[in-house]
Amino acid sequence: MKATVLVRPKQGILDPQGQAVESSLRQLGFSVEGARIGRVVDLDVQATDPTAARAEVERMCEQLLANPLIESYEIELSDGTA
Amino acid sequence: MTSPQPRIGIVRFPGACDDRDASWAVAALDAEAVFVWHRQMELPDLDAVVLPGGFSYGDYLRCGALARFAPAMEAITEFANEGGLVLGICNGFQILCEAGLLPGVLRRNRSLTFVCRDVPLVVERSDTPFTTRCQDGQMLTIPVKHGEGNWYADDDLYAELEARRQIVLRYAEPVNGSLNDVAGVVNERGNVLGLMPHPEHAVDSLLGSADGALLLSSLVESARERALAVV
Repeated sequence: MKATVLVRPKQGILDPQGQAVESSLRQLGFSVEGARIGRVVDLDVQATDPTAARAEVERMCEQLLANPLIESYEIELSDGTA
Repeated sequence: MTSPQPRIGIVRFPGACDDRDASWAVAALDAEAVFVWHRQMELPDLDAVVLPGGFSYGDYLRCGALARFAPAMEAITEFANEGGLVLGICNGFQILCEAGLLPGVLRRNRSLTFVCRDVPLVVERSDTPFTTRCQDGQMLTIPVKHGEGNWYADDDLYAELEARRQIVLRYAEPVNGSLNDVAGVVNERGNVLGLMPHPEHAVDSLLGSADGALLLSSLVESARERALAVV
């Protein structure tokens, strides 16, 4: 299965990158606020069962992909045919 | 009989850049520096370990996040859990936080810019193995050079650390946005210290300050005491 992990700075955690990008967007004339910058990790996992695949990717997030002190994560799964 | 030189391991990760300075500094302070390659599964006989600064594994994902899984880190975790002295400088501090050996996390500097300058520090505790040569409240001048030194812990964790006096060094002025100007943190047991400033770059007044030698010679002395205790 294909998995996409979205890692974001947690709510309330200062995100200076997001602030800097937001201020640049404003300088370009866009009216925006609340820019937050995270990262995307795309994975091919061997598991074919969605429950097993999700559980495995969750373990990856807990152990490596996200730092729970400052980051939250979201997992999206697809069978790869889309 | 002269007292023996303690053996201090300097861990080399791919992307480390301060390993030679750290080695030179501890050797100048009368210790034997022993390089440890990151793929080593076992540590040689050591009285202390230094994780030097740099950009291990290119700082990919998060600083220190990948180095934490290096084979040598498993041995170092065991060494620390047995009470061995471990000092993490800059990237070494980041690795120790990611490995869970020290509390908190180091984030991007608030300014988003790399900070490279001498900074004033206050010694909050002189009763750790890394600060015995200092006085409580002493001011030190030691350089920093980092893009991710903005230490953070949530309110509950920070309150616990304060109550247990685990904050050892603070910046005397804002440097990187670090929570309450924390510059260095020790673990609960007191045998693992991480700090963002680079004491190994400040061991000779020719280079601006020799205050880093106070920290490193404290480590060397503590390591020597341990070496003698074993003999």
